[in-house]
Amino acid sequence: MGRNPVTWLGSPTFPRAARTALGDTQLRTNLRKATTTIRAKRARAVAELADWERLRRAGEAIKNDVLANLDTYLVRLEEAVTARGGVVHWARDAEEANRIVFDLARAKGADEVVKVKSMATAEIGLNEYLRARGVRPVETDLAELIVQLGNDRPSHILVPAIHRNRSEIKEIFSRAMAEPPDSDDPRVLAEAARRHLRRRFLSAKVAVSGANFAVADTGSVVVVESEGNGRMCLTLPETLITVMGIEKLVPTWRDLEVFLQLLPRSSTAERMNPYTSVWTGVTPGDGPGEFHLVLLDNGRTATLADEVGRQALRCIRCSACLNVCPVYERTGGQAYGSVYPGPIGAILAPQLAGDMTDKQAASLPYASSLCGACYEVCPVRINIPEALTHLRARAVEARPKHTAEALAMSSAGWVFRDPRRYEAAQRAGSLSRFLAGSDGTIKRLPWPGSKWTSTRDVPAVPKESFRMWWRRNRG
Amino acid sequence: MTAARKPRVALFATCLADTLYPETAKAVLRLLERLGCEVDFPLGQTCCGQMHYNTGYRDEALPLARRYAEVFDGYDYVVAPSGSCAGMVREIHPGLCGPSSAVERTYELSEFLVDVLGVTDVGAYFPHKVTYHPTCHSLRMLGVGDRPLRLLREVRGLELVELPQAEQCCGFGGTFALKNAETSTAMLADKMRCVQHTGAQVLTAGDNSCLMHIGGGLSRLRTGVRAVHLAEILASTEEHPWVATP
Ligand code: SF4
Repeated sequence: MGRNPVTWLGSPTFPRAARTALGDTQLRTNLRKATTTIRAKRARAVAELADWERLRRAGEAIKNDVLANLDTYLVRLEEAVTARGGVVHWARDAEEANRIVFDLARAKGADEVVKVKSMATAEIGLNEYLRARGVRPVETDLAELIVQLGNDRPSHILVPAIHRNRSEIKEIFSRAMAEPPDSDDPRVLAEAARRHLRRRFLSAKVAVSGANFAVADTGSVVVVESEGNGRMCLTLPETLITVMGIEKLVPTWRDLEVFLQLLPRSSTAERMNPYTSVWTGVTPGDGPGEFHLVLLDNGRTATLADEVGRQALRCIRCSACLNVCPVYERTGGQAYGSVYPGPIGAILAPQLAGDMTDKQAASLPYASSLCGACYEVCPVRINIPEALTHLRARAVEARPKHTAEALAMSSAGWVFRDPRRYEAAQRAGSLSRFLAGSDGTIKRLPWPGSKWTSTRDVPAVPKESFRMWWRRNRG
Repeated sequence: MTAARKPRVALFATCLADTLYPETAKAVLRLLERLGCEVDFPLGQTCCGQMHYNTGYRDEALPLARRYAEVFDGYDYVVAPSGSCAGMVREIHPGLCGPSSAVERTYELSEFLVDVLGVTDVGAYFPHKVTYHPTCHSLRMLGVGDRPLRLLREVRGLELVELPQAEQCCGFGGTFALKNAETSTAMLADKMRCVQHTGAQVLTAGDNSCLMHIGGGLSRLRTGVRAVHLAEILASTEEHPWVATP
């Protein structure tokens, strides 16, 4: 399962990948159930806070400040981490980051690493990289474990196995575990996973984690989770390696306060998440004796250069936008072909991939009806519809100028620029009445209109447009 | 609004209503005149450029935004029977070609009726069972809120039934309906199921585009449910009741 950074190598364009998902009844049922439940819960959790809008604006402002002064804050973070006994590594791209982690693991003689909460490592394909070199990565987050044991790909930011139901999970566990679960009761499944992981935690010398936030002032790294497995990863092994996107910084602990309110309510609809772990460098005799922080660029500084597109870097990966997205609800996350699915994936993945001539990446900004539900819920007010149309414009620029679509668009533009041409087109269009049945609707149009009429009737263009009527009666 | 002078309103029919749904534009005209406005239809108007803009063809959208500012300059108000086009004008045009008085005075129909004219009872009569779909751009881009519902509640003879999952997108999305036709259709199917669940005879909304999509699906399935623009319901009276156009 090779893949390039950010988007999975060989993924079909969104419309083609969506086709498979749309035909999968079980998938559609699983997704609808999961997203409808979490949507309602999120709305309730958010409604509890009278100052939610102000919190969102605060979150937006802090992140904008971080992005505007990223260089300063990163240096401050590096100094603080180093002063507390940690080591900071800078990785320009996936290859560099993977190599840093692998070299560290090898230096410790580890043939297995335990992992927790890391989208960044999924983004760079660390698991594949390590496995190819004889180091076994073990995911410890329950949902990620399900994906890993099922030889599957993630389909959600927070719940990577959202597309699986209980009986499918039992199946996967039964095939992969020494002590398989004997029912599909969630508690039994969780217990089976716990037993499966416990041995790993106790024997692992090296852990790899992600980070939700890092506080520049003190060099503290923060992981927010629900299961507590992160805590095991962060404390038991001798060496801890954290891989983090460079945009995950916040300047101070006061800023962190804002996000610790925004994140849990937006993601799991909880007032507070069950486990919040914070670690700062190393403490002799307590926890890992070595701490490495890998700061990952991988397309982020290039994204930062795009004035409209850069707002995607404010994302705190809460997944609220996925849960409200009507497109995501129908297609699931894998159709987006990257570790970042849904609305945020549609604007982040193509930017990180940095290549709009790539057909798959360029199809992502079109994977939206621009309904705006994502913008409405985003805790850091990322104007996703704005970014989508902006990236569509970039995709159009990158495409050859003589596609059927470009020609249709420019001739429509030519018609709309002049009212006389426009009226002539209306008259010509009313010829479509010949295509219409006795009920005045058209059942079948030639391509590309056939994409419409395969499931929808279309009214025939009336004999008289409004402007003709106006001229006749009022002109 | 002063009693002395009738407000001069320019009707921005939108290219879709002008060309495909002239009855909607006629309804807006009748309605606004009935409420005491002086209505003009500047013939220089064409399209707000939304299709081009949203598909990524900004160079094509720009001259259309400029044309809009020119053509609608000098009126007290510009009124459009579309949350989507009014949203395009108010939210996007300024970024494309700068602010203009035309843009600042552009209103979606229900906003204009409730906020500017200050009416919710427009004297309409429509004896049918109706359900209302709040189209995404009306709802989220413009924030028309419950204005359409307040208008509908005052219509005599009309039985208003609530649409389940009303705020879910119908799957139209402009060129999305062609580029991602299958996903669009899946969203449409769910929307139609909700519409049929209400038992309404008529589905209404403030946007012909979404109505064309949902109505096209309802027609294909021969559900008998008709898609009717809000303007046509509000224009309908006992003397001049709404009649279904073929
Ligand atoms: S874009 Fe906003 S809503 Fe979506 S995951 Fe990121 S922070 Fe959450």
